[in-house]
Amino acid sequence: MGTNELGPILEARNLEVKRGGTTILDVQSLLIEKGEILSLIGPNGAGKTTLLQALAHLLKPFDGEVLFRGQQVGSNHSLFQYRRKLAMVFQEPLLFDTTVFENIASGLKIRGMKRAEIQGIVMEQLERFGIKHLKERSARTLSGGEAQRTSLGRAFAIQPEILFLDEPFASLDPPTRESLIEDLQRILLQTKTTSIFATHDRFEALRLSDRIAVMNLGKIVQIGSPEVVMNRPVDEFVASFVGVETVLTGSVIKKDGGTFVASVSGKEVETVGEAQIGEEVVLGIRPEHVTLAAHSSREITSARNLFPAKIEKIVSLGPYQKVQLDCGFPLVAYVTHHSMENLSLREGKEVMASVKATAIHVMRRKIPSTKHQ
Amino acid sequence: MDLIFEGIKKAFWLIITLDPEVLGITFLSLRVSGTATLISLLIGVSLGTVVALTRFWGRGIVVSLINTGMGLPPVVVGLFVTILLWRNGPLGFFGILYTPTAMIIAQTIIAAPIVMGISLAAMQHLPPKLRLQILALGATRLQMVWILIKEARLPLLAAVMAGFGGVISEVGASIMVGGNIKGYSRVLTTATVMETSRGNFDIAIALGIILLVLAYLVNLLLTHIQQRERPR
Repeated sequence: MGTNELGPILEARNLEVKRGGTTILDVQSLLIEKGEILSLIGPNGAGKTTLLQALAHLLKPFDGEVLFRGQQVGSNHSLFQYRRKLAMVFQEPLLFDTTVFENIASGLKIRGMKRAEIQGIVMEQLERFGIKHLKERSARTLSGGEAQRTSLGRAFAIQPEILFLDEPFASLDPPTRESLIEDLQRILLQTKTTSIFATHDRFEALRLSDRIAVMNLGKIVQIGSPEVVMNRPVDEFVASFVGVETVLTGSVIKKDGGTFVASVSGKEVETVGEAQIGEEVVLGIRPEHVTLAAHSSREITSARNLFPAKIEKIVSLGPYQKVQLDCGFPLVAYVTHHSMENLSLREGKEVMASVKATAIHVMRRKIPSTKHQ
Repeated sequence: MDLIFEGIKKAFWLIITLDPEVLGITFLSLRVSGTATLISLLIGVSLGTVVALTRFWGRGIVVSLINTGMGLPPVVVGLFVTILLWRNGPLGFFGILYTPTAMIIAQTIIAAPIVMGISLAAMQHLPPKLRLQILALGATRLQMVWILIKEARLPLLAAVMAGFGGVISEVGASIMVGGNIKGYSRVLTTATVMETSRGNFDIAIALGIILLVLAYLVNLLLTHIQQRERPR
């Protein structure tokens, strides 16, 4: 295989997978740079696993091309060589029925490496994942976290050029997951291993990745830096998946150099962005960008959008409370316990909700069609 | 009651004095059934693995045939092997009817589906993603199959035990294709049948005890191997 050090390490073109007549994966183009960590997020059935397996050439049959360092992966010989450059960790640890040591050594043994060489590499991985004391233990007796550490050790032992992670933390309990994510983050930083990481947890994706690809119905609907995907989702689906709780539709009634005002259910919402008068716009507001104040409060804030609102419902989400408001249109805010007490918020209470014009993101613009069908 | 007591006494005498005829019968039993089990192991594990790992048209029918084969009546096997090996039969020119070779063939036909069926179930019982994991570790197709067989080694040993148990205790086919010829094709089961019909209960009991002990010892050995690697 040629070694093209320039350009993307991995490239996919026109990947298409069909099962029983329906297309379950349709990715026109995907470029992965050496050393980057790309997360695939999306609900179950979005095609994350299918994309990973197609990229790793573990899935048959599929249409399209996968290029590794600019060379097409395909013929039997190159396929085998390609697979030896990558590693994959699944949701289930999928360990072999032997000791932890032998499990971590398995990829090296498959490559025909000498025992003496294997020893050192395996010890390094045991150390790295904090499972040295489990070395001689049977893989069947491990806890979920220990097993997944072993599985990760087995993957890193072969020093893969690309690491595929298919929801590796999904079946772990929160404290175990937390410590494993921390370790993985540290190790990826050290090794700079190119990684593609599928998860349905946007917080995991945010912590680990350089770029996030949001998938739905077999397609990548948006790909970009975490900031871009989180703050400027391209559509309602991405918005709801990345945690934009409020999605509003309105029509532009005023515009003024860099900002415009849209009428949403009769209320004026000022937004930073470009739009033409008469256009219909879809606006997204992240709940953490909504501020609440007591109804009587006359504080002057920098926020231009100030709406009298009634609290419809309060739901506890652990560290904060999710407050559903009615301002003539629905609005969701996240409020800390501290503010909850200060403002003595409760269902039915009248408050003032404010959102900065810069915190409202325009997801879509369309000129209303005059034709009726 | 006396009969049984006398029988047991005689049996122990025959065993302790290493009666040459009884010893010969025992060794032949082990040789025939052991060989048949080994051959079934090769056929059963490989075909069972192939069927477990591939998808093809008519696979469901093949699987149900294998499962039916696990309960193949030895006399039916004996009948067909006899017909095939009969002097004027299609394979008559081999001239192996009424030989230990014929018995090995018949016992292999009985044991192979048992080993195959259990191997098939054992391989299918492995997590489906394990195959992807092994391939992702860079294994060739052959390496993958070998690793899967190693992963299924415990149920595969159960397959060996079941196969051996099936043939060492089988009498119908052995008597039909082996002929129960003294000193040549007489095994523990066929000898037991014959001695019982002659009223020589003491010898029959001795043979029966040897058969039981033999079956126990072989399974003890296999169980030991199987349980050796259980988690501590």
